Amino acid sequence: MPYISPEQLQSQYDVIVVGSGAAGGQTAYTLAMEGVKVLMLEAGRYYDPQSETPMFQDHSRAPLRGASTPDKFFGFYDATVDGGWKIEGEPYTLASKDPARRFEWWRARMMGGRTNHWGRISLRNGPYDFKPYSRDGLGFDWPLNYEDLAEYYDRVEMLIGVYGSNEGLENTPNSSPGVLLPPPKARAGEQYTRKHAKKLGLPVIPIHRAVLSVRQDSKTIPARLHPNNPRAQRILAKSMDERAACFWATNCVRGCSTRANYQSTTVHLPPALASGNLDILPDAMAREVLMDDAGKAQGVRFIDRRRNRELEVRARVVVLAASACESVRVLLNSRSPRYPSGVANSSGRVGKYIMDTVGGRLGGQIPALEGLPLHNEDGAGGGHVYVPWWLYQEQHAGKLDFARGYHVEFQTGRHLPAAPMFDGLEWLTGGSYGKRFKEDVRRYYGSFVGFAGRGEMIPNEDSFCDLDPVVKDKWGVPVLRFHWKWSEHELKQAQHMERTFADLISALGGRLTRQPSKDGAAAIEAPGSIIHEVGGAIMGSDRRKSVTNQWCQTWDVPNLFLTDGAPFCSNADKNPTLTIMALAWRAADYMLEEMRKGNL
Amino acid sequence: MAGTAALMVTERAALAQGEARPAARGYGSDPDLVRSYQPGELWPLSFNDHQRRTATALCDVIIPGEGSVPSAGDLKVQDFIDEWISAPYPAQAADRPRILGGLEWIDGESQRRFQRGFVELSLAQKTAICDDICRVAPADSPLHEPSHFFRRFRDLTASGFFTTPEGARDAGYVGNVPLATFDGPPPEVLRRLGLE
Repeated sequence: MPYISPEQLQSQYDVIVVGSGAAGGQTAYTLAMEGVKVLMLEAGRYYDPQSETPMFQDHSRAPLRGASTPDKFFGFYDATVDGGWKIEGEPYTLASKDPARRFEWWRARMMGGRTNHWGRISLRNGPYDFKPYSRDGLGFDWPLNYEDLAEYYDRVEMLIGVYGSNEGLENTPNSSPGVLLPPPKARAGEQYTRKHAKKLGLPVIPIHRAVLSVRQDSKTIPARLHPNNPRAQRILAKSMDERAACFWATNCVRGCSTRANYQSTTVHLPPALASGNLDILPDAMAREVLMDDAGKAQGVRFIDRRRNRELEVRARVVVLAASACESVRVLLNSRSPRYPSGVANSSGRVGKYIMDTVGGRLGGQIPALEGLPLHNEDGAGGGHVYVPWWLYQEQHAGKLDFARGYHVEFQTGRHLPAAPMFDGLEWLTGGSYGKRFKEDVRRYYGSFVGFAGRGEMIPNEDSFCDLDPVVKDKWGVPVLRFHWKWSEHELKQAQHMERTFADLISALGGRLTRQPSKDGAAAIEAPGSIIHEVGGAIMGSDRRKSVTNQWCQTWDVPNLFLTDGAPFCSNADKNPTLTIMALAWRAADYMLEEMRKGNL
Repeated sequence: MAGTAALMVTERAALAQGEARPAARGYGSDPDLVRSYQPGELWPLSFNDHQRRTATALCDVIIPGEGSVPSAGDLKVQDFIDEWISAPYPAQAADRPRILGGLEWIDGESQRRFQRGFVELSLAQKTAICDDICRVAPADSPLHEPSHFFRRFRDLTASGFFTTPEGARDAGYVGNVPLATFDGPPPEVLRRLGLE
């Protein structure tokens, strides 16, 4: 079973998975490797990382030297295809014109979705992160514990390959022995920051990223992941052997043609396809879940984007993994006289509690880093270290004016030049040009550090989406309308980030590249801009107050699941992708068990 | 000193802004990322011959050749700047009147001071003009707009030059090569930073 055209669709599948990113990739992988016949629908086009990834291309070959444009927001070489905050013909609307209440929604329309370009930061939620309400009375507890998911974190990390270390810090879980790949050495600016951050009590430790710092152990991992399934072991071992270790060049946002980092298209989909149990249909945009008279899902109606027509396909189980808000949209658009507010929505909670990550940043210029002897700092195409949230005790003692925490990501060193490069150096150079300007560039290149905070947003009643009553996309499908409001917790947290970074830059003997913001509202990055949106179909233990149970199974429709970020009922500072995959694997195991029992 | 010229720059910038722009589309949301692109390939360029020669001369003042390292002009950075100001995107289009107006200003200023176009000036004469505008001038100064032009032109020249393999090497970039292992900073760097 391979990539197919609509004409090659089977009349019936065991499971339809909508979406091919982290959630869809993991769900389809787990099911197909265990013999389940899966159809994956992807709204975007087929994408081949091996032939389409710009490995080594320097920016002199790119239009505008690779600068960001509305067509390619993260620069020309970003892997994203047909994606961004705006997609032609596929609008969304905003309920408020107030800039602070605008949620901007990033989407990708390509095989593998956003996994092709993401930052590969793979942090586990800790025990506290599953019980936030019990700790501070805000938001919701998850209907599962860290211990329920720990084994699945191990499995995902072994499957995709994650570098990092076990530091045993509070609410920053260790992986099981032998799971993590060795972390790369810290860069000069990272090491310098590690030394001086100690004065401020900030622990700088290796970050966890889904990049193969060494090749995977294809001898032992497949048996650990697929006990009693020799065929799956063989297929996975082959796929692992085909992945190269990182060669320490080419930023991960471009994707990786040698499969040295995780993207669904290079890690999940090849072995799942090799199992013979997965069909993938590109250019197929799910429109609604088809329901039968008994109140069960019986398939999906989708738009064949190439031929601009609607088609239907049937299965015993339907899994939405289209990204949190897109899956919500499918639920809300599955309206009928029987389900006037969409399917799986008896709680009225579909669309509620959308969360992004709190973002804040500040940069500095560090004289100690000027003119360092030349050396290669490309590394693993992303950060090598980070600071996990470190103020649990202070917060517990009531010393902070906000709830929940953030971690700190780093940018340091001399990286492949792209436009804009060395813009606005006048504050350092006094306006030099000619040979002196070139000397100044050599001196200051690599002497800048950037710190980015990534923090937890607490779900609230004012941040949600519903269907716009008027606006439709180019296929006539109603679009989402977003409502947004930060609480004081997020705003104060963003201000705390900037204060911390200013102190840190000062501890490094550096100068700020701009003044800190006057308040939290100015410090916080725009809603949606961190692209960690989750929620909208939260899980819980009470079917009146949540959309799914702990297995990502909707309360109302037992054969309808959501395995993307939609069931998140909190959004810890830890980047959500690893947790999405762990939950998806666990949900897929549950589906397998229920199918075996004849319940699905 | 440059009062008249400064007035002219405003007028000309306004004129440039109002010029009929060639209708162009960007590269879209799914361009081929693997092939190489040349300025002028995706959308039409704007400079006439005189503007291109003036831009080249200014590129060479900002980043001259040094030994075996070519100048910005040698590396055709002026074509990148032309591509930039001609692009059908808002951020780039915003630079267009400033760059086109500034090129006219600097040529007019050259005529006014030295009775020759900027391209024909000696390096000392070019430097004499650039020294007056290489730092951002106060808002009430007649050199305010020319100094902003120079700042932006220098930014673009730097982006154009240092993104080439020659320029990146000159800045001190030694990456973008495959390595078997990543060994972190060499001992000499750690010593300099007190990290041994």
